[in-house]
Amino acid sequence: MSAAPLLVALVQVTVAVVLAPLVIGVTRQTRARLEGRVGPGVLQPARDLRKLIGKTPLRAAGTSPMTVVAPVVLLTSSLLLAALVPLVAALPLALVPGDLFVVVSVLLVGTVAIALLGLDGGSAFGGMGSSRHMTIAALVEPTVLVAVYALSIPVGSSALPLIVAARRDHPASIASPAGVLAVVALAIVVLAETGRLPIDNPSTHLELTMIHEAMVLETSGRDLAWVDLASWLRLSVLLGLVGNLLLPWGVAGSAAPGPVLLGALALAGKLALLAVLLATVEVAMAKLRLFRVPELLAGSFVLAFLAVTASYLVA
Amino acid sequence: MTALAGGLLAQGALATLAVLVAVSARGRARNLLAGVACAALSAAGAVSGALALSGATVTLRMATALPGAELVLAPDRLGGLLMLLVGSVGFLASVYAIGYVHGASASRTQWAALALFLLGMQLVPAAGDVVAFLLAWELMAAASTVLVLAEQAHRPAARQAAVWYAVMTHLSFVLLLAGFAALSATGGTTSFAGLAGTDAARPGATAAFVLLVVGFAAKAGVAPLHVWLPRAHPEAPSHASALMSAAMVSLGAYGILLVGIRLLPGGPTWWSVLLTALGAGSAVHGILHAGVATDLKRLLAYSTSENLGLVVAAIGLTMLLRTHHVPGAAGAALVAALLLLVSHAAFKSTLFLGAGAVLRATGERDLDRMGGLAHAMPWTAATFGVGSLGAAALPVTGGFVAEWTLLQALIHGVRPADRVVAVVVPLTLGLIALTAGLALVTFVKAFGIAFLARARSVTALAATEAPPSMRAAMVLGAVGVLALGVLPGPVAAAAASAIGVDGVRVAGLGGVELTGVGAVLSPAALVGLGAVVALPALALVLVVARRRPATTDVLGWGCGGVRTSPRMQYNATSYAEPVMRIFDDALQPRRDVVVTHVGESAYLAERVRFAQHHDDVVEVRLYRPLVAAADALADRARRVQNGSVNRYLAFSFTALVVVLLVVVA
Amino acid sequence: MSLADLARLIGRTGRIAEPAPPRPAASPAGVGPDEGVDGSSGEGSPAVAAVRRELHGSAQVRHVDAGSCNGCEIELAAAFGPVYDAERYGARLVASPRHADVVLVTGVVTRNMAEPLRLTVAATPQPRVVMAVGDCARDCGMFRGAYGVVGAVGDLVPVDLSVAGCPPAPADIVVALRRVTGR
Repeated sequence: MSAAPLLVALVQVTVAVVLAPLVIGVTRQTRARLEGRVGPGVLQPARDLRKLIGKTPLRAAGTSPMTVVAPVVLLTSSLLLAALVPLVAALPLALVPGDLFVVVSVLLVGTVAIALLGLDGGSAFGGMGSSRHMTIAALVEPTVLVAVYALSIPVGSSALPLIVAARRDHPASIASPAGVLAVVALAIVVLAETGRLPIDNPSTHLELTMIHEAMVLETSGRDLAWVDLASWLRLSVLLGLVGNLLLPWGVAGSAAPGPVLLGALALAGKLALLAVLLATVEVAMAKLRLFRVPELLAGSFVLAFLAVTASYLVA
Repeated sequence: MTALAGGLLAQGALATLAVLVAVSARGRARNLLAGVACAALSAAGAVSGALALSGATVTLRMATALPGAELVLAPDRLGGLLMLLVGSVGFLASVYAIGYVHGASASRTQWAALALFLLGMQLVPAAGDVVAFLLAWELMAAASTVLVLAEQAHRPAARQAAVWYAVMTHLSFVLLLAGFAALSATGGTTSFAGLAGTDAARPGATAAFVLLVVGFAAKAGVAPLHVWLPRAHPEAPSHASALMSAAMVSLGAYGILLVGIRLLPGGPTWWSVLLTALGAGSAVHGILHAGVATDLKRLLAYSTSENLGLVVAAIGLTMLLRTHHVPGAAGAALVAALLLLVSHAAFKSTLFLGAGAVLRATGERDLDRMGGLAHAMPWTAATFGVGSLGAAALPVTGGFVAEWTLLQALIHGVRPADRVVAVVVPLTLGLIALTAGLALVTFVKAFGIAFLARARSVTALAATEAPPSMRAAMVLGAVGVLALGVLPGPVAAAAASAIGVDGVRVAGLGGVELTGVGAVLSPAALVGLGAVVALPALALVLVVARRRPATTDVLGWGCGGVRTSPRMQYNATSYAEPVMRIFDDALQPRRDVVVTHVGESAYLAERVRFAQHHDDVVEVRLYRPLVAAADALADRARRVQNGSVNRYLAFSFTALVVVLLVVVA
Repeated sequence: MSLADLARLIGRTGRIAEPAPPRPAASPAGVGPDEGVDGSSGEGSPAVAAVRRELHGSAQVRHVDAGSCNGCEIELAAAFGPVYDAERYGARLVASPRHADVVLVTGVVTRNMAEPLRLTVAATPQPRVVMAVGDCARDCGMFRGAYGVVGAVGDLVPVDLSVAGCPPAPADIVVALRRVTGR
């Protein structure tokens, strides 16, 4: 494995870790402003994180080592995700070339880790959140794979860096029907995977409507810090991916410091834009009933399938 | 005499020895001696398989009592791969059985049947002609029926299961007999070498293909012929379940490979579409039922139906892509089929052995009554967890690599000009993705409900860890699952050479490179990258953990609730409730809610009783009418048989006259 | 409401939060929130100051209604609403005491809520602050001596901060929260 792409991957991870709390900060701040409030500032999630790391975790009697291990596994999966997805640069690693299936399965390792964390608490809410979370993850998967199938047809590869690079070099493909449909389908599943409205309400206090929050009700202190950071990383990385598919400009094509710096700045810009957009859309939206979510996901699957059909018609 | 011939003969000798030991040894000595003999038999099978896989050839001919019919054992490389697979699973199961068997499953008959079952399974892929194949097949079928019957004395369900199994397996045998008869008539010989590459356009080829595929699909547990699986696997002793579910069904898939790839290649498009549809349908059906199952072994049985469905779909896709000249993707699909088989064997045997350990420790198969077993059974929990990762196709396990290969084949099998390919490939991709997603739910449920949180019953609370021989087998299985996942390159390359696919290379440290489709995956590199990014995080975690140790003696948070009973936890039924609701058209559950009110009040409930039951729709819609019809027919036929000797003599006489007429004519 | 109407409403309303008052450290004590049971004043008790240093400007709040008449709840909702916007000082309401730094208790403690209150405080990780909001929570208020009442919050769990008033003004609740976040 040559050193340059590996180095870029590590830069990506660092950038993502720095940006992830800010992305959440921007969404919360935007939401506050739209509601007429002042808001705590975009640095608040970072403050929350710093505080949580210093607190003493409480782990309920009767929980297994899974309660300790799962948050760390979740964090590792999110960090690995940040290394694999083309965020700052579209440089495939030689032996793990950011292949979509690998990316999805790394994502799913995190999904499973948090689902097991929810179950291990031994409370009714944890199990409930875990069950809902896994059901949605299962329904999301066909859409992800078929959407990327559509994106990979023109490129002839399922490696995300190659797909992003191809879109950057041929901007016409971004506006093609197949490209648009596939990205819309992907955007819906990103919302589902990261627990945003209308699938899940990240700021709900009502246990019975929770999905993600219900699984971490039992988690505290640094365990919660890892889970939070990992979830924020997930959101940022997936938003960054959607951003780079929609606006592939600025993604570095080489490992030279100049393009990489430019890529990092471009990523920050895209993430800021998407975070504001996400928060704005969420203000105008209510959460769907749980059993309406499959309909939404089935709709996104149809979009992805349409994208495949469209890509055949064009090809 | 070559080493391979020696290996084959040693299997026969060791099987005889195992049967003799099983019959003659007494008490605990029998378990140990017979277990060691069976393990040796399997090891001989695995070694012979490895030899055949590496290219050794031999042809053993044995004369039979019938003139002109001889038994030929001539394992090819694919057969070697299967023999290695069956031998490895057999070794695990034999070692496990030493500590596991007790009561009825430790009897002379059971040990002897186990040895014969192992021998039958190891000889099926060694068979070089139809006669030897069918004989070994029948040995395997009969011996496994005896194993299913192990606990029939105190569990009537075992008898029912054995009847279903015997009927289905012999139905399959009859179909195979007819299919091979048609094929031999078409090809003019009974040896596989002579039949290889038979022209699919010849008359009789279509009939042979359909009969053989249906026969093998029944053995592989592919829906709608899977009905025996969810009955026989839970009732058989766990080492036998592991053998049946990990090794025997693989031989069904081997049969389909034999027919579709070796004996009758180049069939029309509808053959491959039939196989793909059968496989993908079975995958979705199997995993849906596994997802809502609460009996752990039943869940695993349905998951077998799912995995074998994926294998059959991969074989179908291979044939489809070959017909439409996409050799790179076709090769990848075929390698994916083999990798799926191998990884399934590894994780499913681990899972069944783990389920057996739980059953032995708690007497429970019902997930709703388990929980918290990770505390008392850490070894079982860890190995079952690894097996679950494999079944959920997550990195870094063999299941993940196999599924990755299959998805690579699908994504590169793009042929917009071919209408069939353009429709079949993305649809199959969607179905496989749905299957993979539901597999996640299923195995998070299986592992999380059984091993995490708090015990849901007294028996689960009193569980103890399994004895050393069982632990050793489970650990070996889990190591296999991980080894296939971290270093899949050599396995993939061997599988590719076994089936004559080029374009699979070892990349980096044990990685897979599919040169035909230009894809590469090195799980070892992925692990390395994960370690690099995780190390700083891990260091931070450890530093922080040292500074502020956790408090671990608090109550779980239940919204300030003062009563916390383990029964308040989610259980397997409630975990699967969203899946059940979303797919209720396919699963058709029946719910029964009885509310007992307090006195006259309509608002206060004294107790609520909830019962949910679901049948397999295929069984209700397809098999019940068939069984009813068979019953009615049998009733009619009974009139012919009224006990009168004169009538029976008349029957014999008529039959003889007919035979005479046929011979003369 | 259509999306266009919503956008227009948001545009018309603009920012409705009142300008932030100066940090409570500078304000004289005793205006609204007093320093409660231990009688200290100004920056808050040493215990609160120690917690504040570890929280770094972030305080998650779990609210427990121990038997309130819901007057305090309305004021609490106002404190976190757009006008007073307690969130701008780093306080946020959360769903689980495991995530919380502040257990904010309203109302007199009734018999059925005594044990849940204890459990909630025990379920909050250290360092934590227990805040009694409203006269009932401080000293049983008008419900003192009633048959279902166990006592004030301080009778069951150690209280670090309290806010007087029946009901307390949202601004006072905000001041108390700012003592914890230090912003």
